[in-house]
Amino acid sequence: MTANTDTAPLLKATGLKQEFDVSKPLLNRLLERKPRQFLTAVDGVDFSVKPGETFALVGESGCGKSTIANMVVGLYKPTSGKIYFDSIDMSTIASHREEMKLRRRMSMIFQDPYASLNPRWRVTKIISEPIRAFGLLNEKQAILDRTAGLLRKVGLSARDGDKFPHEFSGGQRQRISIARALASEPEFIVCDEPTSALDVSVQAQILNLMSDLQRQFNLSYLFISHDLAVVRHMSDRVGVMYLGRLCETAQVDDLFNNPLHPYTRLLIDTIPDIEMTGRERTPVQGEIPNPMDPPKGCPFHPRCPLAEDHCRTTQPTLRSIGEGRSVACHAIA
Amino acid sequence: MNTPLLNVENLCIEFPTRRGTLVAVDDISFTINPGEIVGVVGESGAGKSLTGQSIIGLLEPPGRIAGGSIRLNDQRIDNLPENQMRKIRGKKIGMIFQDPLTSLNPLYTIGKQLIETIQTHTDMTVTQAREHAVNLLEEVGIPAAAKRIDHYPYQFSGGMRQRVVIALALCVNPLLIIADEPTTALDVSIQAQIITLLKKLCKDHGTAVILITHDMGVIAETADRVAVMYAGRLVEVGLVRQVVKQAAHPYAKGLMNAIPSLTKRVEKLTQIDGTMPGLKDIPNGCAFHPRCPDCMDICREKRPELTDIGPTQVACWSYHDCKH
Ligand SMILES: Nc1ncnc2c1ncn2[C@@H]1O[C@H](COP(=O)(O)OP(=O)(O)OP(=O)(O)O)[C@@H](O)[C@H]1O
Ligand SMILES: Nc1ncnc2c1ncn2[C@@H]1O[C@H](COP(=O)(O)OP(=O)(O)OP(=O)(O)O)[C@@H](O)[C@H]1O
Ligand code: SF4
Ligand SMILES: [Mg+2]
Ligand SMILES: [Mg+2]
Repeated sequence: MTANTDTAPLLKATGLKQEFDVSKPLLNRLLERKPRQFLTAVDGVDFSVKPGETFALVGESGCGKSTIANMVVGLYKPTSGKIYFDSIDMSTIASHREEMKLRRRMSMIFQDPYASLNPRWRVTKIISEPIRAFGLLNEKQAILDRTAGLLRKVGLSARDGDKFPHEFSGGQRQRISIARALASEPEFIVCDEPTSALDVSVQAQILNLMSDLQRQFNLSYLFISHDLAVVRHMSDRVGVMYLGRLCETAQVDDLFNNPLHPYTRLLIDTIPDIEMTGRERTPVQGEIPNPMDPPKGCPFHPRCPLAEDHCRTTQPTLRSIGEGRSVACHAIA
Repeated sequence: MNTPLLNVENLCIEFPTRRGTLVAVDDISFTINPGEIVGVVGESGAGKSLTGQSIIGLLEPPGRIAGGSIRLNDQRIDNLPENQMRKIRGKKIGMIFQDPLTSLNPLYTIGKQLIETIQTHTDMTVTQAREHAVNLLEEVGIPAAAKRIDHYPYQFSGGMRQRVVIALALCVNPLLIIADEPTTALDVSIQAQIITLLKKLCKDHGTAVILITHDMGVIAETADRVAVMYAGRLVEVGLVRQVVKQAAHPYAKGLMNAIPSLTKRVEKLTQIDGTMPGLKDIPNGCAFHPRCPDCMDICREKRPELTDIGPTQVACWSYHDCKH
């Protein structure tokens, strides 16, 4: 699973930024004399994913993980910054055909298995949509066979293809979206909370399945999850996000054994106590910041136990501090 | 013994279809005391959400209660006409859905939705209701609540939307909250806050909670008791510590072992092979028997009933004397 350090990345993002316009309607703005308002959901994020590697993004709700996922697969256009897939700058692709050729090689499993499946389509149609969109198979029977195989792969039965999404429970629906994500035989899959709607025993099956597929086809995953135990199990490297920025990236074992950034430490302290040792979770300190009006200096400073004057004025940049590890914190030399 | 707040007896839920009737919840009974938090876990499709929906009277047709009874403070609520049930819903029983999008109207600001709900069940003025709503949003951890109250649901992240839904369920102080995967979309630090909030509510107001989730970490920390469901049936009910540490039913054991551990990294997670049967082909006898490592002859023929086994209740033949 661990990728060679000197292989070229399959996906590379540099200076990724996404601003959303959250202004009130024009009339209200004029009446209240308010300027346009923007929310910076992702700000200056760099990362790369190598072939066969799993890179995980973790961080608080609202820190911009799904926004990154959406930019990577082309659902949102970055406000600035670049995404390279197989060394090709995605923003420079001129023809639709070229773009389709690249897009076929990546797919996405969404956070929300309800919103992401078309309720009026039968499951077979949903799963075969990428096959038809990319023109991978044309013959009806071949498409049916492929979708039946995909359904079995994710632990459903071929007969389920005739049903509609509402006939399935939440977890079953997520398997359908996994089957759909596999349909175009991609090399790179963005997994946005792929198992958070699943119970642990199905989760174990799906995660095992994802690992198997990864080994078999040398798949790369951008893996988003708030379940740190799952992240620990699945990923090779982890990026920790806070308020739209990366604050630490590290090999998975280093991150869990020796978290450096104060926010990473907080995150690891708040993991639920499943072993029931009676350990109380560290309550979250301080205010959750407002992304429309982020704190000056280090965005984490209002909640940080190590914050000093410097942190309140100057924003730390993500610096490499040795072997595959970067931290954005003034207190970490 | 005190009367329980909620008493569910022999509840059955079925779906009539052209090809026959599907039984999705099959004869389950349990009680919940005031202020108690009961976790419900189990395989996806086991009937957890349906059980919750039937209690609050929001079972979607063609699904229907086919048998049994549901009592809230000794009053039957499973057969009430819709206009009476509507009064109970929201005021006495609140619900936090698995899917935050279904409980929020995309066309209205979250403030409008909160204020409307508060005004339906109380006699607060708009200004009071708005103030209450802002407080609630702060309580569930929405930053700059006074400003964000005027935003639309799509402008929030998945986790923030779920916190809004939680605020919506809490706004009239119900006796019982049915929380269906309330923290699934949330990261651990917000999850910790929500859990603390739920626990505080139970303590301060005697609110009971049915906490449906597949996150055993959340259950372990929050719940007093836990009920494990499989294929529409209850297979184990007990104190949370007991079930987490020493599950008795083979399915519950498998479930506990499938949880990824933070402390030891394994090549492959332990998984229960096979899948839960669809509603059309639930096997005879114990519904778990085709996947069970301890399966015996009787398991294939007769359904095991939920029986007291020491501190927990278990439905499994390997804990019974097979007298019958
Ligand atoms: N379409 C949009 N318009 C305006 N703001 C948005 C939009 N989409 C997301 N945001 C905002 O951008 C920020 C990041 O949201 P995002 O969905 O990426 O978070 P996330 O890290 O995936 O959180 P979660 O764990 O809750 O899913 C949030 O503050 C959110 O409110
Ligand atoms: N409208 C329907 N028609 C037919 N079957 C249905 C319908 N709604 C639900 N079911 C079935 O009822 C069963 C129980 O569903 P339920 O939503 O309660 O599961 P759950 O335990 O909440 O699962 P999850 O953890 O995935 O949310 C499932 O097998 C589902 O397929
Ligand atoms: S009753 Fe039999 S088949 Fe069912 S769980 Fe117990 S031992 Fe296994
Ligand atoms: Mg998200
Ligand atoms: Mg459910």
